Amino acid sequence: MNYSYYPGCTLRTKAKALDVYARRSAEALGFTLEEIEDWQCCGGVYPMGSDEIATKLSSVRALCAAREKGQPVVTLCSACHHVLKRVNDDMKNVPKIRDAANAYMGEEVPYTGETEVLHFLEVLRDKVGFDTLAGKVKNPLTGRKIGAYYGCLLLRPGQVMGFDDPENPKIIEDFIRAIGAEPVTYGMRNECCGGYISLREGETAKKMSDSIMENAADQGAEMLVTACPLCMYNLNKSEKLPVYYFTELLAEALGVKEAAEA
Amino acid sequence: MYRLRPLPGKCPSKKSLSEFNRGLNTRSAIYTPFAQAIPNVPVIDRESCIKFKTGKCGLCEKVCQAGAIDYTQQDEIITRQYGAIVVATGFDTIKLDKYGEYAYNESPDVITSLELERVMNAAGPTKGHLERLSDGKHPKEIVFIQCVGSRCDDHRGKPYCSKICCMYTAKHAMLIRDKYPDVNVTVFYIDVRTPGKNFDEFYRRAVEEYGVNYIKGQVGKVVPQADGSLLVQGSDLLDGKQIKMKADMVVLATAIEPDPSVRKIATMLTASIDTNNFLTEAHPKLRPVESPTAGVFLSGVCQGPKDIPETVSQAGAAAVKVIGLLAKDKLTTNPCTARSDTLLCNGCSVCQNVCPYGAISYEEKEVNDHGIRETRRVAVVNGALCQGCGACTVACPSGAMDLQGFSNRQIIAEVDAICR
Repeated sequence: MNYSYYPGCTLRTKAKALDVYARRSAEALGFTLEEIEDWQCCGGVYPMGSDEIATKLSSVRALCAAREKGQPVVTLCSACHHVLKRVNDDMKNVPKIRDAANAYMGEEVPYTGETEVLHFLEVLRDKVGFDTLAGKVKNPLTGRKIGAYYGCLLLRPGQVMGFDDPENPKIIEDFIRAIGAEPVTYGMRNECCGGYISLREGETAKKMSDSIMENAADQGAEMLVTACPLCMYNLNKSEKLPVYYFTELLAEALGVKEAAEA
Repeated sequence: MYRLRPLPGKCPSKKSLSEFNRGLNTRSAIYTPFAQAIPNVPVIDRESCIKFKTGKCGLCEKVCQAGAIDYTQQDEIITRQYGAIVVATGFDTIKLDKYGEYAYNESPDVITSLELERVMNAAGPTKGHLERLSDGKHPKEIVFIQCVGSRCDDHRGKPYCSKICCMYTAKHAMLIRDKYPDVNVTVFYIDVRTPGKNFDEFYRRAVEEYGVNYIKGQVGKVVPQADGSLLVQGSDLLDGKQIKMKADMVVLATAIEPDPSVRKIATMLTASIDTNNFLTEAHPKLRPVESPTAGVFLSGVCQGPKDIPETVSQAGAAAVKVIGLLAKDKLTTNPCTARSDTLLCNGCSVCQNVCPYGAISYEEKEVNDHGIRETRRVAVVNGALCQGCGACTVACPSGAMDLQGFSNRQIIAEVDAICR
């Protein structure tokens, strides 16, 4: 199966690891990520304004490109996923935004939210299946105690994101189990890492990351995994536990880590 | 699971969770549901009884001196006619599966108020000692969280106020502070709602005399810690501050909802029900204990959240209404009821389906249609149940249904007069 792939800008700069390991792992799992041509920045936080139109357009463009190919869009960065998913929901359900965006876009057939937006983890869970994934693992990460860190962008608002139970998620735990490691469940796994506040009030953000790290370490986690470059940035400020992108561990378990790094 | 205390009695099957103690301890397969049960006699839980499962045992039969054990008893369906029905199906607390933030399923020290009620009860699983259910230790810091699922207008909870929680939480807080003055009690609330005689005084007593710490604000997260304590994150809206505090126990005031059986019963009785599955009263102010369906009366939480005195009042009123109905030999009703013309009725059942009061049934009747005698299936209106709403007269495709006093001919005559 082929998917339209929307990497997003962070995956070209600070979060290259999230990207390269995912592409290799996808090959090993038997699906292809076709990068959308000339994709543009998802707009970060700006498209979330209910009166914003212009900043939503780059997402709409990506969604239209995937519609043309008849493929679902796959994302890796939590923020891009959040923006694409929510813009898609707006295009489907909010006539005012849909009409205005389509007026700007000038597509022959107006876009009405037809494209399915999937996070890479959702592809693993719903399309590949964690059982199949477990079957393809070559180097199970046996004995590693890993805490899943979700952050907020993947989970909330729960009704729109439809990713997992926002208060008690388990998809990353299931993923950790599938690659042979031991998930450590801890309460703060869906608490905010501080987000963009780290740019203005570093101390506040650090406090938030610290309490997440402390709780995870307290419950026995030896490392954290995340899907979000911003969470990675914030969590790394507090040096208690090492933090990895989930794709790096996936590549390692599938035995393609070296190939990806080469 | 809380450490189990040995159960008295001879029954060897002792591993079923006690329903009355909210599953906090176990009971034997033969058991009296609770101390005040009516009738106060034991019942056998067939699913866990060794005699029913394997055919062996029969110990209770041997030891019962009265010879009251009978394994051959079967459920019976009793069919009788009644003049009135009082619905009193009660309530249950909502499931907390969707409220992962309170860690109810993760930590045994996060309990519901109903569970605390059992813990504080002398006949309960801890014999009335306030203990943490994880390790049996005496707690020093207890946090109550109000409105768990109440006043929650999303897909998870209930939009309404459960009404009883403010008062029982104040009661629990005072009970604990009275019995264990060394325990700090904190209550997080949205609003303290205490309308009712002496209710506000009761709550003020909790604050002023018993030193219960009330904080206006909701809790966003309860995080179990490795040392066994619970980290409670909440907000103090009056102070404009985020609060993080450690607690040994957290007690959740869970929203109440009508018992799940009520939907089935309401359908059976054609009694109307609202979006929250509460039975609707005939009039919110003037007929609060009756269902719109004649002969069906309501009492208790099946009609809406209410406390014990209100439930007692409503039950009394419903009983009096029933007596008023049944004491007379004749029934006074509205004469403007529907009537079916047996010659026109084709027995299609359309009227029966639209009748909101369940007043229409079908009978095989002998009719004389212009000299031809035959038996037909025709609609019959129960004049005591019909409220004269006219829904059936509009729905009837053959024009057989007519509302007495507002008959089709009368209405057409009115229309003619207006149009003249």
